[in-house]
Amino acid sequence: MSSYLISSARPEGGEPADILVTDGVIASVGAPGTLEAPEGTETVDAAGAVALPGLVDMHTHLREPGHEDAETVETGTRAAAKGGFTAVFAMANSHPVADTAGVVEQVWRLGRDAGWADVHPVGAVTVGLEGTQLSELRAMAESRASVRMFSDDGKCVHDPLLMRRALEYVKSFGGIIAQHAQEPRLTQDAQMNEGTVSADLGLTGWPAVAEEAIIARDVLLTQHVDSRLHVCHVSTAGSVEIVRWAKERGVVVTAEVTPHHLLLTDELVRTFDPVYKVNPPLRTDEDVRALRRAVAEGVIDVVGTDHAPHPAEDKECEWSCAAHGMTGLETALAVVQQTLVDTGLMGWERVAQIMSHRPAEILGLSDQGQKLEPGAPANIVLWNPEGSTTVDPASHVSKGRNSPYRGMNLPGAVRATFYRGHPVVLDGELTTPLAR
Amino acid sequence: MRHLLSTAELSYGEAVQILDTADQMAAVSSRSVKKLPALRGRTVVNLFFEDSTRTRISFETAAKRLSADVINFSAKGSSVSKGESLKDTAQTLMAMSADAVVIRHASSGAPQQLADSGWIDAAVVNAGDGKHAHPTQALLDAMTLRQVRSRRTGTPTTGMDLDGMHVVVVGDVLHSRVARSNVWLLTALGARVTLVAPPTLLPVAMDDWPCEVSYDLDAVLAEAPDAVMMLRLQRERMNAAFFPSEAEYTRGWGLTSQRVQRLEALGAPTVFMHPGPMNRGLEISSEAADSERSTVLEQVSNGVSVRMAVLFQLLSGDESTPYPSEN
Repeated sequence: MSSYLISSARPEGGEPADILVTDGVIASVGAPGTLEAPEGTETVDAAGAVALPGLVDMHTHLREPGHEDAETVETGTRAAAKGGFTAVFAMANSHPVADTAGVVEQVWRLGRDAGWADVHPVGAVTVGLEGTQLSELRAMAESRASVRMFSDDGKCVHDPLLMRRALEYVKSFGGIIAQHAQEPRLTQDAQMNEGTVSADLGLTGWPAVAEEAIIARDVLLTQHVDSRLHVCHVSTAGSVEIVRWAKERGVVVTAEVTPHHLLLTDELVRTFDPVYKVNPPLRTDEDVRALRRAVAEGVIDVVGTDHAPHPAEDKECEWSCAAHGMTGLETALAVVQQTLVDTGLMGWERVAQIMSHRPAEILGLSDQGQKLEPGAPANIVLWNPEGSTTVDPASHVSKGRNSPYRGMNLPGAVRATFYRGHPVVLDGELTTPLAR
Repeated sequence: MRHLLSTAELSYGEAVQILDTADQMAAVSSRSVKKLPALRGRTVVNLFFEDSTRTRISFETAAKRLSADVINFSAKGSSVSKGESLKDTAQTLMAMSADAVVIRHASSGAPQQLADSGWIDAAVVNAGDGKHAHPTQALLDAMTLRQVRSRRTGTPTTGMDLDGMHVVVVGDVLHSRVARSNVWLLTALGARVTLVAPPTLLPVAMDDWPCEVSYDLDAVLAEAPDAVMMLRLQRERMNAAFFPSEAEYTRGWGLTSQRVQRLEALGAPTVFMHPGPMNRGLEISSEAADSERSTVLEQVSNGVSVRMAVLFQLLSGDESTPYPSEN
């Protein structure tokens, strides 16, 4: 394999350093100009760029198998690489649902063959995401995909007894249940956040309490059976308080927030443009501020994109007919910079934490999310925090054009992504996948 | 005014102007030849994704009295799941050179999407979208209220607003586009609006609505309001636990004969309004519906006048007078 010398990058925003990458591993890190590179080493000028460990997304919809018109593992992982991610967790709501060892192995293999980023399939908690019968969780855990995270994402495991059993059962192989917290009866026909905007627009409300009630129940169940819970896409100020309370009581709960919930509010729904339709829905300004603070304080552990590409026809229609979800892989780091770094809430070291170290730690990944130190796998994103770009979904490599940031000016840009030592993105453009 | 999508976006001046024009249109409808050449050669499409014979006929009559060509396009069912999408339907209509699209849709926001999407360049008139808005209904209600005031004060309606009038809107506010449109329009015209409903049938967050809210119909009626507008109640709401039984709803929030008698005893000036179709015996008693206080039929005929005014203003490009020049 070849060698790369990343020159004058700022590891996690610190002092400039050179990083020598050889054979997929960080060989050495040192002051600029001090490293001895083997012959044939290619130099990648990273002056001004922040070097972060490759980002790890706990929440991606790659849509394959079954919805290849929306995204494929290939296109989704290209989008991941372009956004600085070197590992993504593919949610189970494919068709067929990823509720068997066969499907998770298929997704895992597609990811490996694509070679743009690690793909970790998420297994469905219940058969067909129907919320009635546990999937063969152990078979998925023992498959080549080594599934550790299970989720019915898109749907809530709302039956309390089933949720309890799932939490208990995964303990035998170190699994974790990732809950999409949405009380189904309280959100029947729900179209947007329930509040002043839904009152004005006459769209059926999705009340905050429908999320908070499930999280409250689940943290108590998790404590009772001494298991691990991950709360997907926390979207309300009230949910933050419940997670905080649970953590203070010692419950093993981790929480995630999406970039869009850190930036956008339900005021956007006044346009009736379905690009803003997402589940959980965009909330209020007060929620956005609470979520940002919660990430800064560590109550929320990670940022997960909930990248949810859809074909145009599923968004170019009436609001109530439109699909839920927004793309996010290619804009996540920019939104995090805008909402958390440029606001002074955190530095790049913490960004590395919430987007790489911590998700890798939660999922027990040994080859992702490590410090940029000699011996670590060379998963590195070089992020140029200067300047800004107007988001043009047509330029995205995801198949999805449903970016809520369309036309917005977002800061920064990915200059390069190294995936296991191979530059899958250079000068902001995709190159070639990792050959195995 | 390019489109008419909701009353929230109408200024005081625009609203009064539409109502003044509507009064002139009403004069046309009372003549033996009920027709103006104003929109001759223009095409109005009634695009109805939701059944509503009354509203469609009202718009159709309005367009025809202005000599426009009318195409009725009834597209039941919604996009994606069933057949053609809103986008394709709209573009098909544009290919037929529609000048105005009157759209009725079960999905809140569909008219605004049509207006904003760039799919079409016709004027869009919202004829009722989901639970969002029904601006021509609110305009015809305002027209009716001006006539009520005019009868009482003996002053002509032209230029009149609703300053100081007390209007009570009763019933299923949560699911009502009529209530939403009336709150904005009537208050913009100076009326005081009180919404009365069981708490289950009110939105949880109404902080920015410029109106009062009460759960107690009798207390509000005791104030002898100028008008009570009863909203149509969908019977199936009971199954979703919005109220325990029809009888209990009627006792609490229906315009029952007892309540009519109490208003009589008070000597209240209150008129009874209803957007129709009425559920007699549920939200409104026959005694109320058939009383001299009822304005239900005036509302229907005002509907045609208001829709004529709206189509005229959107399509003629001339906001002054509907009458052709004498010379």
